[in-house]
Amino acid sequence: MKTAGIDIGSLTGKALILEDNNIISWSLIPTNPDSNVTVKKAIDIALEKANLSLDDMDYVVSTGYGRLVVPFAQRNITEISCHAKGAHWFFPEVRTILDMGGQDCKAIRCDDTGKVANFAMNDKCAAGAGRSMEVMADILQLPLDDLGKLSLEIVEAEVSISNTCVVFAKSEALSFLRRGKHRSDILAGVCEALATRVYSLMQRVGIEQEFVISGGIAKNIGIVKRLADKTGLNPRIAFEPQIVGALGAALFAQEIMQREQQT
Amino acid sequence: MIAHYGYADGSGEYYIIIDTDRCDGCGECVKVCPQGVLEVALDDYDKAVARVKEDVLKSIHYICLGYHLRCANEESNCHTVCPQDAISHTW
Repeated sequence: MKTAGIDIGSLTGKALILEDNNIISWSLIPTNPDSNVTVKKAIDIALEKANLSLDDMDYVVSTGYGRLVVPFAQRNITEISCHAKGAHWFFPEVRTILDMGGQDCKAIRCDDTGKVANFAMNDKCAAGAGRSMEVMADILQLPLDDLGKLSLEIVEAEVSISNTCVVFAKSEALSFLRRGKHRSDILAGVCEALATRVYSLMQRVGIEQEFVISGGIAKNIGIVKRLADKTGLNPRIAFEPQIVGALGAALFAQEIMQREQQT
Repeated sequence: MIAHYGYADGSGEYYIIIDTDRCDGCGECVKVCPQGVLEVALDDYDKAVARVKEDVLKSIHYICLGYHLRCANEESNCHTVCPQDAISHTW
């Protein structure tokens, strides 16, 4: 049985092909202003890698912000349920999931089957999300991938970023730069502020072993390390944390098919 | 599932919390809410439950004035009409 999950996020689009509970291929692309282009590109790349066509798919489930704009999806499911299911596939022992996407952040607690037990999300503003890191990479003129590592190499002392809003935090970071503060020290402050913010969201749903971080921010070692310190847990991260939602969607598709076949 | 609908911003935490294991989807809360922020819909596991409408999620604090300021003063509100006691507010 072949199913596909497609996760159209705020900053990236992901598609994943699943065959009998095994990942066959996946794609990860930046979003296009035209959602239809993002959807088409994401699924085409994944299908091409697997050497399949859309007709080979038994069921397609969409998720993410753009889940309603996927014309060929038979069903759409919220990213909260999909992340829980995807994380459970990678790490069956998972109980707490933190998904830090491009524009929002979700803390999820799930049961031993990967079903959501408790969730809280903050999508009102991007302060606890990947976009804030992109903004900082931009003003510090650093590659996004280096931010986490640099934030752990404090030169003098970590600066304190008091603004939770990305727009204000950006000007705050700029003013520290003009005062001659080192880039690493500013980044340390930015990462600490972000980690503190998402940690309070996690406290709202409760924190339990095992703890998985998904989404693009899971690639930022500076945030992961700080969250590990705050929770006292060792966060588990999938080999590609950004496809967890698409995987969950494909798993939902597989479950729906199995249920249909039984009846 | 305990669903937190809303957000935390610089001024506080604004969540309407719905316990979907208790909620039986009767819709009494939908009828009583003066601001119409609630609806009954199927969740991802195909259970009909109450939830906060998606289009008010990011401004919930301005639309629903919260339990203490608004609901508590009304004779009936989402807390009092719920036979399962499945709804609460954080503000």
